[in-house]
Amino acid sequence: MIHPIPSGTRDVLPQETGEVRAITDTLRRVFDRHGYGEIYTPALEYESVLARADMAEARPAYRVFDETGAVLVLRSDMTAPIARVVATRYGEREGPLRFCYFAHTYRGVRPQRGQLREMLQAGIELIGAPAPEGTAEALTVLCDSLEAVGLEDFRIGVGDASLFPALMESLQVPLSARDELLATLVRRDFVALEHRLHEAGVSEDAAELLLDVPQRRGGPELLTDAPAPAVEAVTGMRRVYELLPESVAARVIFDLGLIRNIGYYTGAVFEVYDPALGAPIGGGGRYDELLGRFGRSMPAVGFALYVDSLHQALAGEERGTGALSQLRSVAANGEQL
Amino acid sequence: MSAASGLTIAVPRGALFGGTVDLLALLGLDTEELRTNDRKLLFEDIGVVTMRPSDVPTYVEAGAADIGVTGKDVLLEQLAHAQGERGRDVYELLDLGFGRCTMVLASKQSADPDHDPALESLRRLGVMRVATKYPRIAARYLEETGRQGEIVEVKGSVELAPLTGMVDAIVDLTATGTTLRENNLVVREEIVVCTARLIANPVSHKLKAAQIDALLGQLRALPAAGVG
Repeated sequence: MIHPIPSGTRDVLPQETGEVRAITDTLRRVFDRHGYGEIYTPALEYESVLARADMAEARPAYRVFDETGAVLVLRSDMTAPIARVVATRYGEREGPLRFCYFAHTYRGVRPQRGQLREMLQAGIELIGAPAPEGTAEALTVLCDSLEAVGLEDFRIGVGDASLFPALMESLQVPLSARDELLATLVRRDFVALEHRLHEAGVSEDAAELLLDVPQRRGGPELLTDAPAPAVEAVTGMRRVYELLPESVAARVIFDLGLIRNIGYYTGAVFEVYDPALGAPIGGGGRYDELLGRFGRSMPAVGFALYVDSLHQALAGEERGTGALSQLRSVAANGEQL
Repeated sequence: MSAASGLTIAVPRGALFGGTVDLLALLGLDTEELRTNDRKLLFEDIGVVTMRPSDVPTYVEAGAADIGVTGKDVLLEQLAHAQGERGRDVYELLDLGFGRCTMVLASKQSADPDHDPALESLRRLGVMRVATKYPRIAARYLEETGRQGEIVEVKGSVELAPLTGMVDAIVDLTATGTTLRENNLVVREEIVVCTARLIANPVSHKLKAAQIDALLGQLRALPAAGVG
């Protein structure tokens, strides 16, 4: 008998579980070494509570009624639940607070695209640590984690969510056009971006800048000749970069067009890339206003790794190195990495 | 797999093939074998893979090709449809200008030039039946123009559908309108103009930034590929 399960969900059998466990155990040790305490939160939350976070495209996709008629959602990330925990349970405590998690999150998918409805995420949240020190710490933990699991060729794209809005503000792009321009950039549809800039009546010079800046990506040399309206965001990036250990700095690609499809990011944003995989294997950023929406205003930063994507990237890289099998035997012996 | 440029390029077979290959030749690639061997799919020495246009976003999204050329019609058809749904995760970098076609709504010609059978059906039956190879574009267009439609998806010659009375109208891509005229069909509404686009994989766009930007620079410098 064959009994189906929903597309985008999976059963994980012992061999694969062993490999995934090797990855998560290693990550847990790294998070622990950096002082991040692991927490669990419920997969089901009140819709009205999580709605305080501006999730944009990543908002919860599944709703159910409980026995009293209240609307519950399946969480779509761990950042909003942890913001809730901090506001509710750590109301008096001074920062910085350090949390890590290994949890399934739930998103809507398009069929036949390998997108996961239920996705295992491993991540950290560093709350009460402002930029640039907090951002540098998160990037360092991120890099340590990926190196500990044996990923070799990964790079971290770093951008700033405030850069493009600041650019539009100083170039006096009409207010009514800004949301749509931003949404177009999130999709990286540069052809449509150019059309929309002209439709919005933006001057030739301003349009050129708004098209050119988000396509700039590369090494730290990018941060030296930023146009005036972008200087604030770019200076922020440079301050973070100066705090990074050399091994982390060498992994960074600056990307002035990096914008994530989650609304709550306010400053630095990052994404993890590996040549073995066509999509990012993790991401994160600063969300300095999210905690305030839950009633406890604190600057914060965090990242999430998509464990299944990380596993795929390791398997892809493994063709050369055997990093995964090495990791598994190390994990089995309980050695410290 | 990659060539001197370090990039794997997805090239569409079919109507956009000639324009794409001409462009690659202008960029300095040796396209001789590409032009002559239409059975081979993988041209490793120049970093080219060939496929049907609608598969280009699939390969580029997966990272099997770093960049690719495909029609805007293909990209629109694979765009997110419902709210909250995600479209293809590919970056649209450049309008290449060639392969210009128009997506149109067409219906059968009648003796009275102002008589449109599709509108009559809408008026009398409250719904127009539309045959198309682009069900998402057609459905979205009818929705945006506030009309109820029943979409009939066909794989072959769409022009046949209204002639046999199966549907009231078609939504299809046309370059010159010749096929439509020959089949006694009239363009009633123009939906969108489509040209060839250069798309890129999001991860390649970061990890191979220098190569992709160099290529974009070369393309923008060509007089043939007017941007926009």
